[in-house]
Amino acid sequence: MDVSITDNTANAAKIGYLLRQGDNALILSQQLSQWCGKGPALEEDMALTNVALDLLGQTRMWLTYAGELEGRGRSEDDLAYLRDAHDLRCCLLVEQPNGNYADTMVRQFFFDTWHYFLMQSLAKASDPRIAEIAEKSIKEVTYHLRRSGDLIVRMGDGTPESHAKTQAAVNELWMYSGEMFLYDAVDQAMVEQGIAPAAADLRAAFLEHVSEIFAEATLAMPDPNAFMQQGGKKGRHSEHLGYILAEMQFLQRAYPGAQW
Amino acid sequence: MNAAVANGAGVDQVWTWLGAVSDPEIPVISIVDLGIVRAVAFEGDTCVVTITPTYSGCPAMTVIAESVTEALHSHGLNDVKLVNQLSPAWTTDWMSEAGKLALKGYGIAPPAQQAIDISGLRSGVKRVAAPPLLVACPICGSTHTQLTSQFGSTPCKALYKCLDCLEPFDYFKCH
Repeated sequence: MDVSITDNTANAAKIGYLLRQGDNALILSQQLSQWCGKGPALEEDMALTNVALDLLGQTRMWLTYAGELEGRGRSEDDLAYLRDAHDLRCCLLVEQPNGNYADTMVRQFFFDTWHYFLMQSLAKASDPRIAEIAEKSIKEVTYHLRRSGDLIVRMGDGTPESHAKTQAAVNELWMYSGEMFLYDAVDQAMVEQGIAPAAADLRAAFLEHVSEIFAEATLAMPDPNAFMQQGGKKGRHSEHLGYILAEMQFLQRAYPGAQW
Repeated sequence: MNAAVANGAGVDQVWTWLGAVSDPEIPVISIVDLGIVRAVAFEGDTCVVTITPTYSGCPAMTVIAESVTEALHSHGLNDVKLVNQLSPAWTTDWMSEAGKLALKGYGIAPPAQQAIDISGLRSGVKRVAAPPLLVACPICGSTHTQLTSQFGSTPCKALYKCLDCLEPFDYFKCH
């Protein structure tokens, strides 16, 4: 049985919010892991898998807490491997295909920038468990953002080909960069409980950092007021997520209860 | 009778025992020198050991928890409880000087400075250059070294190379 985020209790909103954090980290981690052994350079291969590992560790902390609050005995593994696409609460950005390396790094840069400012804020959350998970994550997220920002500059301000590919990725992915700031009842409840930051503050920090990096990278900044896709946070996903889950959840689906 | 007393084990004794438990991925450094054992206490007969993860995804944590339990069992302390504590988050500043020396002897350059915010976002959201970092080559000692990759064989390490002796080496990142 899934947590219905339309439930009108404070805990339901918090569980919904925790699932969003956990599912974002989980799906992006899975996507990055698919670069393992295929990175454009050994160092990049290691970097992406390290980032994937950090995100998986963070996933475990978020989903464990969500499972505890839910109180139905579901573990982090149950939540990760036994929910179907419509029960996942990740945003559309993280389920976009790996594509070429520019696509992967632009997706990462948008995610890292949002993630960094969100964790800064959640580290001061009124819920101590959320605060300590954020405090732990922020050190890792900081590394991720530093790295993805540097790579955007190197690729954008690199060769004509790397510039063109990076700009194309920016233009393609921009419409998925706004969902995190489109607050619904769950997010709003978290603001009221002193957990989540205000959407406007978070978005302002995001836009400022992205435009600063893009200026250095000689990339054109897309229109902040452009139409933004949304739905993932509420379980309405793109077709990509089903394929990701088909691979990620195969073992638990084929061999229910399998353990190491 | 208190089990700890029966075993002649006090908190100090447990710390000494834990000092012999090594990190599974960097066997020259003990978990105490690494700074991940945060507290040792007795609750009645139960020995409570509080540990904190280095990185949230560090796969060594499970092995470390098993090693701690096994080590204390081997000294006759059978009632052991492990507590995983996230906050305050682990930092390389908690690594002991002995630990840093051991890393260097093993060929891993220890953290070169106090942990700082390396995001380059310290002045509000402005991106500023990373502070210059002098990492000494653990083989020849030269600080004429270069970052190859911010990530290495484990989450806690970066890859460097020495521009004098030309050897590549691992650097334990400030965190």
